[in-house]
Amino acid sequence: MRALRGIRTSILGMCVICAPALANAAEVNIYSHRSPDLIQPLLEAFTKDTGIKANVVFAKKGLAERIDAEGENSPADLLLTVDIGLLQAAEDLGVTQEVNSDVINGNIPANLRDPDGHWFGLTTRARIVYASKDRVAQDAITYEELADPKWKGRLCTRSGQHVYTIGLIASMLVHHGEEETKEWLEAVRDNLARKPTGNDRAQVKSIYAGECDIALGNTYYMGKMETNEKDPEQKDWAASVKVLFPNADGRGSHVNISGVAMAKHAPNRENALKLMEYLSSPKAQGIYAAQNFEYPVLEGAPVSERVQSWGTLKPDAVSIDKIGFERRKASELVDQVGFDNGPQS
Amino acid sequence: MLHSQMTKSYRMFAARTSVFTGERVVRVLSLAISAIALAPLLAVVYLALGSSSEVWPHISKYVLPEATITTLLLMLGVATLTAVVGVVCAWLVAMCRFPGRRLMDVALLLPFAVPTYIIAFSYVELMDYTGPVQTLLRDVFGFHTSRDYWFPEIRSLGGAVFVMGFVLYPYVYLAARASFLIQSACTLDVSRTLGAGPLRLFYSVALPLARPAIVVGLTLALLECLNDIGAVTFFGVKTLTFAVYDTWLNRSSLAGAAQIAVVMLALVLGLMWLESFARRKQRFHQSTGTYRSLQAYQLTGVSALAALAACALPVLLGFILPAGMLLSRSLRRLDQLADPALWQAAVNSLWLAIIACSFAVAMGLMLTYNRRLLPSRANQWIGRIASIGYAIPGTILAVGILLPVAGLDNMIASFSTHYFGFSTGLLLLGSGTALIYAYCVRFLAVAYGQLDGGFGKITPHYDMAARTLGHGPMQTLGKVHVPLLRPVLLSAILVAFVECMKELPATLLLRPFNFETLSTTVYNHASMEAFEDAALPSLVIVAVGIVPVIMLARTSSASFRNKVRYHTAAASKTTLGSHTEAARQT
Repeated sequence: MRALRGIRTSILGMCVICAPALANAAEVNIYSHRSPDLIQPLLEAFTKDTGIKANVVFAKKGLAERIDAEGENSPADLLLTVDIGLLQAAEDLGVTQEVNSDVINGNIPANLRDPDGHWFGLTTRARIVYASKDRVAQDAITYEELADPKWKGRLCTRSGQHVYTIGLIASMLVHHGEEETKEWLEAVRDNLARKPTGNDRAQVKSIYAGECDIALGNTYYMGKMETNEKDPEQKDWAASVKVLFPNADGRGSHVNISGVAMAKHAPNRENALKLMEYLSSPKAQGIYAAQNFEYPVLEGAPVSERVQSWGTLKPDAVSIDKIGFERRKASELVDQVGFDNGPQS
Repeated sequence: MLHSQMTKSYRMFAARTSVFTGERVVRVLSLAISAIALAPLLAVVYLALGSSSEVWPHISKYVLPEATITTLLLMLGVATLTAVVGVVCAWLVAMCRFPGRRLMDVALLLPFAVPTYIIAFSYVELMDYTGPVQTLLRDVFGFHTSRDYWFPEIRSLGGAVFVMGFVLYPYVYLAARASFLIQSACTLDVSRTLGAGPLRLFYSVALPLARPAIVVGLTLALLECLNDIGAVTFFGVKTLTFAVYDTWLNRSSLAGAAQIAVVMLALVLGLMWLESFARRKQRFHQSTGTYRSLQAYQLTGVSALAALAACALPVLLGFILPAGMLLSRSLRRLDQLADPALWQAAVNSLWLAIIACSFAVAMGLMLTYNRRLLPSRANQWIGRIASIGYAIPGTILAVGILLPVAGLDNMIASFSTHYFGFSTGLLLLGSGTALIYAYCVRFLAVAYGQLDGGFGKITPHYDMAARTLGHGPMQTLGKVHVPLLRPVLLSAILVAFVECMKELPATLLLRPFNFETLSTTVYNHASMEAFEDAALPSLVIVAVGIVPVIMLARTSSASFRNKVRYHTAAASKTTLGSHTEAARQT
């Protein structure tokens, strides 16, 4: 009996110790696939304006699975991601819930959010072409043109299995269908200057060093290189290239989203909703644009001057949801044509 | 004195109801530990049971054949390189005397302190087209494009083998060196008397004797190479682990990913079985009890220089070049040192690593001891399977850990809701306990391998003597084995410590809110494609890792001297004991 009482007391004691950690007076818990430094300024502004404290766990993969395993007791309120794929995967896994807020729906265009309200795009980033100022004369380009043999040995890109490349190939699938996309991908592969490796910045560095003349990359890396005070040589890399917005005269450039979803068992639903609305508000959208050089999803929110200096983005208006559905096919095509093995002829 | 000791142990023997109690304790503990270590693997198998029919036609046709070959080639290359570098350096340091030997003894372990993916990144930066080496070549020779000259492509299978080989050889070096140091002078002296020269001695006697130890080191190096995702991504080498992540993230099939991981496990188990089958009839312990310092080969002149160069090369390639690169990047960012978050992360890393490595080694000790007590085939496989978590790609294993941990957490929560009226939330995941569990599962292999080798070196005669003198299994473990194993235990603790400091995938996925370690700090920077910003925290990991590495070198050389003393003491005791027994019988 005494032993039992002892156990009970110690469990109670343990609970008392843990209690402060559980008291969720004004908190919101975020599982983030986005790098913490990128969201920190936003969360600080949110806490300052609302008094709600934001807690973050950051990981590149597996957070939806974590919510799933944690089940009803999961502390997660929101899931932040950098790609459409993870949002859809989370929805498929059943760890998200529907959100229907007039504020959010008013701020975010319909093609950049889930029709059922399970996820929302917060920023867009365009997949653009970096071209050498010295060695590339033209000032316009299309994705289709990347297959032109005139680029043979001149094109650089990161791995075909990276989510950003997958996103682009998926958008080609949406517009051209499987057969045509496969031919295109094979031709693009044979134009490669080297095996697709490295990150987006490394591609620009390769243009700077003369390894290739054009490269695929996301827009915001340009801003990060141009403003890199710690490694001023990156400014030289950026200065050696110009930004070409593909298909500017046609359907527009492919954009991917960074986005947010509400966790199914969110314990702080109210606060989470406030944060979601906040992230789509003009103020937060302005911070995204100014600090991360991304494009706001809110119509009329200011794009930063630096981003504007690269030219005007005409985003491909296709529903991002559709692109998400083609991702698996895109990933399979990359393997089928051996894209990551580099040029074959 | 001897007499009083014997009466005392007799009394203890009599006081116990049954000698088997201790054995049962060991067995139950081992079973519990195996269950704990096996749970995540079973969870991965469970995940693999999910439906994945939509991805298999694709991966079996376009992914697996190539990925399997690439993986096998990578492992073969890394095995060859780590074995050659590790064994040669270990032999030179253990058996020869040359100027600079003592320095090399420590320095050879340094690559161990740096996370593989950091070194891989540094090498890509150094050696690719845009790096300083090729830029210099172009400037000097007036080349313009990559078509004007030939330069080995670092982003290739060859590059990956090269870099991983020079990062992972310390596993083999450490094991082989310890083994060479404690090989009996007698065996080697007999060989010398029979006319074996240094080379013959090495090939025909020392190397075969060290084989179990070398295999342990090689296994760890290969498992590490198998589960790596960071380095292979930088090098653009499509291994099975790469396919696992592609299948999960780009083709949205966790089940398919887990299935590939299970296939990889089978591959590893197969290799392990092959190796143990190949030496099934061999036993490797010292039976005479006569331990004596080996007569080292004194090298002079050219041969001394050559030995020094052979030892310095791996240090240069595996540590000095990449660390120098990190240092040059860090110098621009010394302001990061003023960030309290960095130091908080360092403190978190330290605590986690200290706690986790102690647990991992204690678990490994129990498992290996259980196997020694009852060397059945089942126990052998329990040990092997329990330590195999290392072979599963990190994040997949982390998801595997999530399932049992979150399950237990939810049970605790509903229990407390039911009995106390309020929920505890997720205690294990929320408090970081899950991380310690994850580290134990991942690095049990490290502890198990080393301790198993260590136990193998202790002759069973000691156990028999101790048990005859009335000590139960637990007492024998505490009084005979642990003191004899002390150097091995220390080295297992230190290796596990460094591994815990470097661990990334499980730490990322399983940590509580707002909790950073050094390796997650590195990753936070790296994830923004700003590897330069990750340089300084990486160096802090290296700096923290170097301390135990130096201790490691110290303890394992000091251990040799101790070992000689222990063995001589123990041997004289047993001899005395058996004399007395013999006297009684007559």
